[in-house]
Amino acid sequence: MPTTSWGFDAIDLARAQFAFTMSFHIVFPAFSIGLASYLAVLEARWLLTGREVFLNLFNYWLKIFAVAFGMGVVSGIVMSYQFGTNWSVFADKTGPVIGPLMAYEVLTAFFLEAGFLGVMLFGLDRVGPKLHFFATAMVAIGTLISAFWILSANSWMQTPAGYAVNADGQFVAADWLKVIFNPSFPYRLVHMVLAAYLTTALVVGAVGAFHLLRDQHLAGPRVMFSMAMWMATLVAPIQILAGDQHGLNTLEHQPVKIMGMEGHYQSHPDGAPLILFGLPDQQAGKVKYALEIPRMGSLILKHSPNAPMAGLDTVPREDWPPVPITFWSFRIMVGLGFLMFGLGLLSLWSRWRGTLFEWRPLHLFALLMGPAGFIAVLAGWITTETGRQPFTVYGLLRTADSASPLAAPAVGSSLVAFVIVYFAVFTAGVIYLLRLMAQPPHPGEAGPPREMPTRTAGITPAIESVKQ
Amino acid sequence: MSAAIDLATIWAFIIAFAVFVYVVMDGFDLGIGILFPLFPTKADRDVIMNSVAPVWDGNETWLVLGGGGMMAAFPLAYAVLMPALYTPMIAMLIGLIFRGVAFEFRWRTQGTSNRWDLAFAGGSWLAALAQGIALGAILQGVHVEGRHYAGGWWDWLTPFSILTGVSLVIGYAFLGAAWLVLKTEGPLRDKAYHLCWYLLFAMLAAIGTVSIATPFLHIQYAQRWFTWPNVILTAPVPIAVAVATVLLLRALANKQDSQPFYLALALFALSYAGLGISMYPYIVPQSITIWQAASPENSQLFMLVGVAILIPLILGYTAWAYWVFRGKVRGGYH
Repeated sequence: MPTTSWGFDAIDLARAQFAFTMSFHIVFPAFSIGLASYLAVLEARWLLTGREVFLNLFNYWLKIFAVAFGMGVVSGIVMSYQFGTNWSVFADKTGPVIGPLMAYEVLTAFFLEAGFLGVMLFGLDRVGPKLHFFATAMVAIGTLISAFWILSANSWMQTPAGYAVNADGQFVAADWLKVIFNPSFPYRLVHMVLAAYLTTALVVGAVGAFHLLRDQHLAGPRVMFSMAMWMATLVAPIQILAGDQHGLNTLEHQPVKIMGMEGHYQSHPDGAPLILFGLPDQQAGKVKYALEIPRMGSLILKHSPNAPMAGLDTVPREDWPPVPITFWSFRIMVGLGFLMFGLGLLSLWSRWRGTLFEWRPLHLFALLMGPAGFIAVLAGWITTETGRQPFTVYGLLRTADSASPLAAPAVGSSLVAFVIVYFAVFTAGVIYLLRLMAQPPHPGEAGPPREMPTRTAGITPAIESVKQ
Repeated sequence: MSAAIDLATIWAFIIAFAVFVYVVMDGFDLGIGILFPLFPTKADRDVIMNSVAPVWDGNETWLVLGGGGMMAAFPLAYAVLMPALYTPMIAMLIGLIFRGVAFEFRWRTQGTSNRWDLAFAGGSWLAALAQGIALGAILQGVHVEGRHYAGGWWDWLTPFSILTGVSLVIGYAFLGAAWLVLKTEGPLRDKAYHLCWYLLFAMLAAIGTVSIATPFLHIQYAQRWFTWPNVILTAPVPIAVAVATVLLLRALANKQDSQPFYLALALFALSYAGLGISMYPYIVPQSITIWQAASPENSQLFMLVGVAILIPLILGYTAWAYWVFRGKVRGGYH
């Protein structure tokens, strides 16, 4: 394999490109899955109660949704073609199995989202509230169906099942139900959808908190902050449970990944410790300066303090995942998860005391936690994807054997191009999103711009009571 | 075995259909982007953008179906063609990024000169050119060894692929101009009429040039079109192109609003059918047939169930979305 003058080979560059484009992409669907559902809830509450504040919040978040969704679409198309451009051997070998899953994603989800998005964004005055709500619901359902299929495909790469291998070396389906509902899929789906809801709740909560810090009496921010904090209170503990179950499933089907996440280089026949922090040294094969709780690892993973646990010393070195990465990304995710749990509890306490809209330290905490969901999602994906290394299809197809037969300069040039374009485009996009969020929702809030100079929504703006 | 052959053919038509729907639907979206520099005022640009803003995302989804469907139904072809078309594909994706985000971003900037208008036009040009180049690169064939692409990363660059690239830019621009005639009114529509005349002749020249150049690429193309008795089957295509051209000239002369767009679609369909005639049954010309590239029967059958149920549904609600936003787009300044 030819290398560039910097010494990277085409595989390193292709991996860097996938990691880079994927990391940018994942934050937008994580946000739009949650936000689409939130918009459906806001519109439903507006239709049921007739309260203007819900329509204002709907239009406010709809503008934000439009910008974020657009970025998700364009960065997603890159992903769907990257399998062919950079990972053609992988595409040839796995196409018969995961190709149909992705084709079903397009047919059942992408078209549904795209088909109803136009009406959702611009059609309220053309189709009326009820049909418009139907369109919003279709977009929300589309985002969830999309998560279903893409996580099924990803889970199959982690825990392949229901397959056979044909004469051309391709994976083929032996049992479609086993392919789709492969062992890690239900856990991954629940964990990811909850993560998307939490991520969105934290953003909505942070925006609400930002405006409450300036003015505690604004109706819109009060409603969104309260709704977001309910979500954090209820979903953060469920997510911790779901994550624990996902971890146990991983231990059953991908034990080596767990060794990487836990930093278990050594086997522990009499009960493994829980390493809280430390510096994993991949060369030496041990965690330096480890701060650990004896037998706690076995207690969490095996529900018995003395249960023996195998370490990476039982695994050939060429099959080791990069432990320093999985070890730290896992800790970042878990740490943020517990902070979210803490925010939910604090808000519940404050709600009970009747100070939800006045207690500034809570608002400040919620504001700081605004990006926490995105960071946790990224850390979680880094954990699961690098933990699968050095394989693309776990245990069956090596990453090194998956890439396109391309020269390093080709992959390097496209990587540089994507880095430049993504930073230029998505930086601007994030600035526009923050600019939209910096404005509080106003009475008579308009939806996404369509007809200039101003769009009339056909609804008389009413001045809301600031005290609701 | 005969069932497998039938399935591969069915899937070849499904993928061809998805790509065709993409080409004409995103074709007019990209076309208005290509024409954007000719409409410098903000009022015109707002109207032009609004004419496609509710539908562009659905249009682009057909591209994902074309690519994803190809990976699923013909993984070998996808695995060979994508590395072969590496640079045009990356360029297309980058073009589509700039074009796609511009729909929302251009409303979010302050100031008079809008750089997202530039991104919209530049992205549309780049994506259209790259798609046309990719088409030419496929037609001229790629170097395959075993199950892999075995050429270099600049093999796609030839005078022929540049010709197809420029041709597609012209074709999309014509579709875009015809779309503007359909969706706008007043001076904006008059200007679009005017552009239709120039672009129609440019497009006919492009179709003619590509049609003449293609048989020189491979002897098989020439045999397909010009040997007896194939001629009986192939001759109707150029004849139908001539008929569509006459109808288009009449529609433009009579200042019809909707006919130019639909006739432009017909012209695209005929050109596309011509490409199909040249390529069939190869999916990578002269190297890999649709049967060699096909997924196992159970993969194609599994997806066929979904396609049979979902594509009619998709066409239904897509048509509804177009119906909701039917009629002329009006600007706030008129």
